[in-house]
Amino acid sequence: MAEMTYRDALNRALDEEMKRDERVFLIGEEVGEYDGAYKVSRGLLAKYGPKRVRDTPISELGFTGLGVGAALAGLRPVVEWMTHNFALLALDQVVNNAAKMRQMSGGQLSVPIVFRGPNGPAEYLAAQHSQSFAAYWMHVPGLLVVAPATPADAYGLLKSAIRNDNPVVVLEAELMYSWKGEVPDQEFLIPIGKARVAREGSDLTLISFSKPVRLAEQAAEKLAEKGISAEVIDLRSLRPLDEETLAASVRKTHRAVVIDEAWPMASVGATVSHLIMSRCFDVLDAPVEFVSGEDVPMPYNHRLELAAQPSVEKVLKAAGRVLYREDLSNG
Amino acid sequence: MKSEVIAYPKDELLSMLRTMQRIRMFEEKAGMMYGQRKIGGFCHLYTGQEAVAAGAISVLDLTKDYVLTAYRDHGHAIACGMDPKKAMAELFGKVTGCSRGKGGSMHFFDASRHFLGGNGIVGAQIPVATGVAFAQQYQGSDGVTLCFFGDGAFHQGALHESFNLARIWNLPIVYIVENNQWGMGTSWKKVSAVHDFSRTAEAYGMAGYACEGMDVLEVRRIVDMAVAEARKGNPSLIEARTYRYKGHSMSDPQKYRTREEIDAYRARDAIALFRAFLEKEGILDESAWRQIEEDTAREMDEAVRFAEESPEPALLELYADIIV
Repeated sequence: MAEMTYRDALNRALDEEMKRDERVFLIGEEVGEYDGAYKVSRGLLAKYGPKRVRDTPISELGFTGLGVGAALAGLRPVVEWMTHNFALLALDQVVNNAAKMRQMSGGQLSVPIVFRGPNGPAEYLAAQHSQSFAAYWMHVPGLLVVAPATPADAYGLLKSAIRNDNPVVVLEAELMYSWKGEVPDQEFLIPIGKARVAREGSDLTLISFSKPVRLAEQAAEKLAEKGISAEVIDLRSLRPLDEETLAASVRKTHRAVVIDEAWPMASVGATVSHLIMSRCFDVLDAPVEFVSGEDVPMPYNHRLELAAQPSVEKVLKAAGRVLYREDLSNG
Repeated sequence: MKSEVIAYPKDELLSMLRTMQRIRMFEEKAGMMYGQRKIGGFCHLYTGQEAVAAGAISVLDLTKDYVLTAYRDHGHAIACGMDPKKAMAELFGKVTGCSRGKGGSMHFFDASRHFLGGNGIVGAQIPVATGVAFAQQYQGSDGVTLCFFGDGAFHQGALHESFNLARIWNLPIVYIVENNQWGMGTSWKKVSAVHDFSRTAEAYGMAGYACEGMDVLEVRRIVDMAVAEARKGNPSLIEARTYRYKGHSMSDPQKYRTREEIDAYRARDAIALFRAFLEKEGILDESAWRQIEEDTAREMDEAVRFAEESPEPALLELYADIIV
């Protein structure tokens, strides 16, 4: 078992899948000569050459759509968006083409493609470069969406995404690329559609995905110091969503706090909160709490940008509310 | 029409004429069925433009070549060899349709004939077609992709991004803008900075050709040349100047153009022109033409009957074919 960064785990997955299957190629801005804007593709150009590691012009709509066409004609593209912020320029290609070709053609076509890159708030990047678009992708039937929170999951889920015959969106994060974690040396896959119980507990369930899973784990530590046992569920896959694992946990703890770093309206967190409410209403001992990003564009100022995001303190307060513990919610 | 281009075998010439007539008859039937409310939603007829799809697609080998187009797609599907029964059943929303009743008029697909739609967002099929050509190059096939779109798509960013990608990577693709002169109700001249689309190719280092789209032999000749170049890694743009006789879709009152304009184009109808040419060259006679008319009329009657008699999709089909 090696300790590895999230970035290197993704790199290892890409490398292994490119070696395994000639049809797999990587395309995007700066993926080749520059070794990746965030160094996820480091060394791949040298190893696989420019045919399979393709630097593009700054042309998200063009190269994303090109990826869709290449997938229709038998290849397995991995499209890197330098960040999900720029993916909006390609939104039409993902929503109207990648996700719908199979259905519109009556099942004749499939689009085995991966769209990946960093998503969510970063640091000091201001409004246009620091935001989560998880809900944009999760909203769309015909897409699969994964959001790994650890290096091992990043590795195993990216491999599964590349082998999947559907379009899969992978949500990474700038600030996670340098995170370290244990990744087994043996090759393995993480199935798409299965949540992870990141920490077992019995008093309440903290539910999140991607970067804020770490916040949930830190909050669980703090709660443990006060004798409260929090379970942490890492959704990992947003579509399909593992409702069974989610519901089983809340049925055990009777209390839930959902954490999502996106804006609150029409968000992943809002949907998850609704699902808990409808599936677990009879066992809930408190209304589901939702800790989201603030409903504002991200400011540049560091104090303000931190205030705009979920924090351990915000999670502890929400936990206090579902536990009816004023000492936590005021503390 | 110039007789020096008659380098094509007689059966190929007759086959092009037949394809044009089949498209015309299919569209006329579709218009009638729409009037009878057998077909709903948007239905964009190809009448008037038949020479473009019939001439261009006749060049291809669809075991290795691909075709993509926009939502005015019935003609291209038929030119690729789609059975009109499946096409009409699709318009009727039946499970026997080419897309099992899920796509309708704008989303015809026939994967076995390399016809990849039938795409509804203006210009959005252009990057996709470019990707198909990318795959052909990657796989080392010598196939090419024909990418059709209308004048309305010409100013979409998707087009310009694609032209650039095709040239920097030398992709085997031919872009064909079917300039039917009206983007819905907007004159192409009103919204185009340069009134010669073929010149745009120059900005991307590609060859650009202007072509009389009502002349099937000229379409064929130019596409032949462009396809041969594309197989060598030289993408190009062809502007086929054509005209649609019907409205943008079935619901278009056409207040933006005059009866005289339509009549002027009908006077040089692509099918009538080609037919007269073949008769003059002694390739077609009156009885042979009558036979084509009868065959196509019967074929389209059968297509309507097939569509009428076909079953609706079962309700559970709603959830089918979304995820593999």
